[in-house]
Amino acid sequence: PPAHSHSDWIGPPDKLSNLRPIIFYVPAEESALERRLREARQEAQASNQRFWARHNLAFRQEKEEFIYSRLKAKGLEMRDESGQKATLNAEEMADFYKDFLSKNLKKHLQYNRDWYKRNFRITFLMGQVALVRALRWLRRRKKNVEQ
Amino acid sequence: MSAAHRCRPPRALAGLFVWRLRNAGVRQIPYRFVHIYHIANARLITFQYFNFLKRMYVTQYNEDLSQRAKPKSDSIVSPFHELQQLDQEKKVVHKISPVSPVHQSWSETSSRNELREMKSAAETEDSVIPVGAESKEDRQWKEMKLQLDDLPGILARLSKIKLTALVVSTASAGFAMAPVPFELTCFLLASLGTGLASCAANSINQFFEVPFDSNMNRTKNRPLVRGQISPLLTVCFAASCGVPGIALLTLGVNPLTGALGAFNIFLYTCCYTPLKRMSIANTWVGAVVGAIPPIMGWTAATGSLDAGALLLGGILYSWQFPHFNALSWGLREDYSRGGYCMMSVTHPGLCRRVALRHCLALIGLSTVAPVLDITTWTFPVISLPINLYISYLGFRFYRDADRSSSRKLFFCSLWHLPMLLLVMFTCKKSVLEKEDKGDLLGRSRERAVEIRLP
Repeated sequence: PPAHSHSDWIGPPDKLSNLRPIIFYVPAEESALERRLREARQEAQASNQRFWARHNLAFRQEKEEFIYSRLKAKGLEMRDESGQKATLNAEEMADFYKDFLSKNLKKHLQYNRDWYKRNFRITFLMGQVALVRALRWLRRRKKNVEQ
Repeated sequence: MSAAHRCRPPRALAGLFVWRLRNAGVRQIPYRFVHIYHIANARLITFQYFNFLKRMYVTQYNEDLSQRAKPKSDSIVSPFHELQQLDQEKKVVHKISPVSPVHQSWSETSSRNELREMKSAAETEDSVIPVGAESKEDRQWKEMKLQLDDLPGILARLSKIKLTALVVSTASAGFAMAPVPFELTCFLLASLGTGLASCAANSINQFFEVPFDSNMNRTKNRPLVRGQISPLLTVCFAASCGVPGIALLTLGVNPLTGALGAFNIFLYTCCYTPLKRMSIANTWVGAVVGAIPPIMGWTAATGSLDAGALLLGGILYSWQFPHFNALSWGLREDYSRGGYCMMSVTHPGLCRRVALRHCLALIGLSTVAPVLDITTWTFPVISLPINLYISYLGFRFYRDADRSSSRKLFFCSLWHLPMLLLVMFTCKKSVLEKEDKGDLLGRSRERAVEIRLP
């Protein structure tokens, strides 16, 4: 993002977590409230990134292992004659999806609670910051009008 | 695509579906039905209205595959989305993830139809350009500043405007089926209120689901995921839609409708959305969410919860299952990775059984309609072919449990519902008929009322 910009910038989705990273703008006169908001957002971003990167990587690895073990059981190799990766059809993959979901359910429940709390907190802080800024702007306008 | 978003919404919608009509080369069958009904049906206004809806259904599923049509704010719905999107998603997914064996197997096992559609989607310029533009835009860093020009488009996507339109249409179907003389102002107020409530619910749903939406292929282009709007603005927008919407329903229509609307928003945002990640019961809750709008339409017209309202709600409740279960069958990988508890992933047998069960229930419910004096006996007779057809597809889905049968069932459900509602409306028992029968009773009631009033 350019140096003169006064807003946050959001980038392309991360390869592992599929989340879009945000670079936060730190204004020169950042109030304590604004700093709390920015830090909350940064923390949430980091936590989300950690969770999803690890989760998606685990998914990919376990999927590969599953495909490999199933193909072996069927007596096939990972790559067939044409050199393409051998695949299983959707019905066979369904067992894997079911397993993966049940294994990770508890992890997801924990993450959900965490995410909802963070989301509410960030939005509430955003509301407070917006309110403070609006009051400040109104006060400035009043001063200008009086002058 | 961006040009369409800059137009005012109605023109954008019209423009979008004309654009999509050009691409919907394979979807010939629904148009034939449209023509048949054009000849057979004299009620021009309702016909045009349903025709427009049908076109929206047809064109809608050319966009994304997995949005649920009826529940407020997508449950599913979403949610309800299409093949072209699937095509685009495939291309984007190939870029992002190096692991693509599953997608290869999709293309290997795809039916002739799918191949044709993919080819036609790939051939038309319009579909190629959005994919290219999207992926280029995707790779750039964007300023997180609210662009006022884009705001209408952003809010439309935030409120899932197409899903909202379908919800409003089921509500108006409920209104139309109520056995009272038609009041235009009441109808418009009810529709507007329902639409606003639906927008609010959809926005809150997206507000809750940002990290999950980013990880699922069909939802990763939503405004909050892309940072086009802040969570605060989303909540403000939801409040500014929901509060006036419910107020409009409560004060402008009647309190019962308002209460139902508020309850539905609550059910969708606070029950269905979190429940999606906790247990498969979410599908049943979502079906109730989808069944409430027609009940709201009915109570808006009559002011009371009659058996007829519950029947209409029941029909929509049953319809949700073949619709959503068939849809979710193709999204098992995304649901599994995203952590969504759906029947199609955890209890596949149950998924198919429930879909079939409710297809058959639709036949039963259609037969109950004349018993409750809502329609004439021609309704179960005329609706039998389409109900039998969807039940047949439900049975095929139950037996074969593969991608092609699930997609056939899903696409059938898209035209089945508008057609069923249309037939129901044309077979509606005329209010005049009922008045003749109940005239004696009415006169005596009137005399009783006169005595009571001073």
